Amino acid sequence: MLIIKGGQVYDPANGVNGEAKDIYIKDGKVIKAQKDEACEVTVIDARGMIVMPGGVDMHAHVAGSKVNTGRKLCPEDHYEHFRIAEKGLRSGAGSRVPTTFLTAYRYVEMGYTTVVEAASAPLVTRHTHEELQDMPVLDKAILITMGNNEILMDMISQGRFDEARDVMAWLLNSTGGYGVKVVNPGGVENWKWGGNVQSWDDEVKYFGLTSRKLLDALVRSADSLKLPHPVHLHGLNLGVPGNAETTIEVIKDIQGRLHLCHLQFLSYAKDKKGRMHSGASAVMEAFNKCSNVTMDVGQIVFGNAVTMTSDGPLEYRIQKMTGHKWCNDDVECETGGGIVPMEYKIKSVASAVQWITGMELFLLAKDPWRVALTTDHPNAGPFFCYPQVIRLLMDKDYRNHFISLLPPKAFKGSVIKDLDREYSLYEIAIITRAAPAKILGLREKGHLGEGADGDVAIYDPRKFGLRGCICNFKDCRRALDFPAWVIKGGDIVVKDGKLLKEFPGRVYRVAPDFDRSIEEKIREDFEKYYTLSFENYPVQEDYLKGSKEVACI
Amino acid sequence: MNVERNVVCTFCGCLCDDINLTIEDNRIVKVEKACGNGRGLFEGYDPVPKRPKIMGTEASYQEAVNEASRILKSARYPLIYGLSSTSSEAQRMTVQLAELIGASIDSTSSVCHGPTGLAMQAVGEPTCTLGEIKNRADLLIFWGCNPLVTHSRHFARYSAMPKGRFVPEGRRDRKVIVVDVRRSETAKSADMFLQIKQGCDFEVLLALKALVMGRSLDAVEVGGIPVKLLQQLAGEMKACRYGVIFFGMGLTMTKGRDLNVRGVLSLVRELNDHTRFSALPMRGHGNVTGADQVMSWLCGYPFAVNYSRGYPRYGPGEFTAVDLLCSGEADCMLVIASDPAAHFPAPAVRHMETIPVIAIDPMESLTAAKASVYFPTAMYGVDCEGTAYRMDGVALRLKAPLKRQRPSDEEVLQALIEGVKSC
Amino acid sequence: MSDESFSVICTLITGRTLEQAKGMHGGKTEEEYKQAVDKAFLSPEVLDKLSLKEGDEAIFKTSYGQVRVRVYADAGLPSDVVFVPMGPTANALVGSDTDGSGMPSFKGLQVEVSKP
Repeated sequence: MLIIKGGQVYDPANGVNGEAKDIYIKDGKVIKAQKDEACEVTVIDARGMIVMPGGVDMHAHVAGSKVNTGRKLCPEDHYEHFRIAEKGLRSGAGSRVPTTFLTAYRYVEMGYTTVVEAASAPLVTRHTHEELQDMPVLDKAILITMGNNEILMDMISQGRFDEARDVMAWLLNSTGGYGVKVVNPGGVENWKWGGNVQSWDDEVKYFGLTSRKLLDALVRSADSLKLPHPVHLHGLNLGVPGNAETTIEVIKDIQGRLHLCHLQFLSYAKDKKGRMHSGASAVMEAFNKCSNVTMDVGQIVFGNAVTMTSDGPLEYRIQKMTGHKWCNDDVECETGGGIVPMEYKIKSVASAVQWITGMELFLLAKDPWRVALTTDHPNAGPFFCYPQVIRLLMDKDYRNHFISLLPPKAFKGSVIKDLDREYSLYEIAIITRAAPAKILGLREKGHLGEGADGDVAIYDPRKFGLRGCICNFKDCRRALDFPAWVIKGGDIVVKDGKLLKEFPGRVYRVAPDFDRSIEEKIREDFEKYYTLSFENYPVQEDYLKGSKEVACI
Repeated sequence: MNVERNVVCTFCGCLCDDINLTIEDNRIVKVEKACGNGRGLFEGYDPVPKRPKIMGTEASYQEAVNEASRILKSARYPLIYGLSSTSSEAQRMTVQLAELIGASIDSTSSVCHGPTGLAMQAVGEPTCTLGEIKNRADLLIFWGCNPLVTHSRHFARYSAMPKGRFVPEGRRDRKVIVVDVRRSETAKSADMFLQIKQGCDFEVLLALKALVMGRSLDAVEVGGIPVKLLQQLAGEMKACRYGVIFFGMGLTMTKGRDLNVRGVLSLVRELNDHTRFSALPMRGHGNVTGADQVMSWLCGYPFAVNYSRGYPRYGPGEFTAVDLLCSGEADCMLVIASDPAAHFPAPAVRHMETIPVIAIDPMESLTAAKASVYFPTAMYGVDCEGTAYRMDGVALRLKAPLKRQRPSDEEVLQALIEGVKSC
Repeated sequence: MSDESFSVICTLITGRTLEQAKGMHGGKTEEEYKQAVDKAFLSPEVLDKLSLKEGDEAIFKTSYGQVRVRVYADAGLPSDVVFVPMGPTANALVGSDTDGSGMPSFKGLQVEVSKP
């Protein structure tokens, strides 16, 4: 049994706001306080320390085909950031696209214990599982991209909604996936002919349906299957000035639950000359009213980034704009994607506008339970900069100093200079733990009530910012970094900010019920359009050892 | 007697997964659908137990493990090489071993598509999975490669012939163009063949890019090809709906190496301003793509890695196998799933003969025949399960149609890892 | 010093053949493999120029090494290119130079082909 004694506990899911409280963990689970003479007891003295559930990152690109192409594409990212193998731990390299072991170690040394891989095409999810096997300690889940899936588009355009729902269920079962990811619905299919989608009523070429119809059907299917996590949407026109309009439209129109990811990239207004500025005010006005919609922010962090998304046409545009090296990958029958390295510069008006937009989304949100902190790693920034974002939200003096570094033109249409809100530790615990776990539907994560997984991060506030930022940004200040202790499943894994040991984590997945006859119905088309046998397509049991099924209820 | 259906063939990067095998008494007696290369892999495969060898003499498994561990532990600058004909599970363990002993680790990519990796790291890679070719591609260009010999079902199953969603007439809806220094078997099957002067690919690719961009050339011919023909080709490329350039050793092995591949990749990038185009390297061995993937996710780099300092460092030209051998630096070599004694330049093979070599291979290759320690193992996809990555990056699960009687590569690697730790 | 009509300077390319791949399956110490890789292909014009018939031996010499191999015709080859299947014979002609890339010069070396 493990007892964490005397810490200031922040457990918003159970209404605990900084009170001194002891946490008891036994057999990997949080239990009620009790005396147990029979078993061995380890006590952690957490007096003066902040005790939170382990962090939950609900949207990051950390494993699988696209990420790995990013690793290979950017060797320059790895040269100066590496970890030496020692004490039974593996070596690694990389900062924006770190190798798998290093990714896991860094997350855990930051106090995070659950990470969701944001996008994996069904055809290549076997690969994602292999990489996650080499990402120890963390618990993980995979979102399966379906927004440009040809079998689904065929069915939806023919009005075969029940069968489409069964295909969605079959895809989740066949991939060991956790949720449904939709990226630029219809746009990626159009990109395979050089086009895109710009409004919800644009047609998906040759498939006879609109982006709107496609998204509606997917959202309805996900709700009908009672998936723990709603459809996770990367919307239209990402990065385009004025895209706040299509974002507000989907917020208002969608019937059903919807999670909007890296909303910062989709919240831009534009002036008469077409130049972009923050559209966060209008977006949050709509968002705050619609309780069926949640978001993660995707906050910009100044410095190098590697953009990588399934949004093929977006990455083509980024390549044209920057002239940087560009990978594109059209994935048969399912999706596409691209990778382009980028840099967000503090003196660039465009980068500054993006930074302001993200901050405004955070600061204008009325209900922190519908907000998650992310940087869409590595698109807007690396995950190891979360402590910088946390500091910016909690410390308005630091935020204002930061604002003073930005070019004045970036503030057009912005309200950030008038926002003096400071997030409390309680609210930070919500947006980095409790809310993402709740939005994901992971009922044993993100809180420290009885029955929760024994995943705990204990921070010493005297040591905030002591560990330097690994990206050498001289104006970086940090909070909630350098944990004194991290516990995973009841096991002490980090002491004084250093990982002590590793062991495999678990992959969470869903297995919704479906009408098995769907397999026979799609087999013929599958073998016509794919290049592998139907029988060899699903992710086999060999890759799902130790995984945990979350019920659809 | 039983029939195993939809078995994956691991001979080449196509990883055809529709092979049917008839098995009797743990031997494959009939192979259906595989090409000649694949049939050769399955037919006559003998899973019979074989003893390891030390200096050519049979020894017990434990003796071989002890000797190999001793060799690896006492080496000052060990080289681990090969990887491309085994499962990704075994490749992952190979990297783990390299990290443990501070070795250099390199895959057959360095003598195959390593230059493609270098080019990709400079300019990127617009590509696609094979199904996009079946469903969309109406223009196929094979540049410096000969798939009818190296990937014999490529035309039939993946590229020229298949009928797809948007290419309903298959071959009739497609144009096939070959660019090569000689009229190869593939060139004879093409709709158009451009014979290029050996070593001139870079200039021709650059000229094509200029023509695609609308520039005019102050020349009558480039690299032995008349400019009029290049203009025609540029026009076809811009006018197609979805084009693909497949490329191979004709670019990577010849003067310029990665610069030649840069020529293809930046031409394809330019073409995406006019239409849709992808580039696909013709990956040779069954799981060389897996070696790339595994090394990228564990080391950060696809080949040419060194662990002497306890973390992965990248050094094409320095940590690549041929260079480490020819410079005389490698003082020990572990070869897994490859045969450098047959495929490396003579100076490299000569150096191999002066250092202890440990070979792990289902067949007694030329390397294994001369090795200090040889472990005969099971073959992935035949009598050993695992994962392999197709030439377009799609991972497939390999079945083991035959019952295993020899240790797997993974088992031997695990034994060596433990052996080195306890030395 | 070589008599002009008895030697020709060509470019050497090495690579896969179906015969070589088939030979590999039987084992590289077997005759079938050795037959498949211990040979070279020339254009009919070069065979002619050197007064060689198919199956005759010729000497191939690069700055790295020299071999003596049986030659055969391949009408698809241009007159200045010779082809040797990948394997130990080809590799005796290929040197250690990788131009800093790791990749040896398997294609593009200058080779002198002469009648023995």
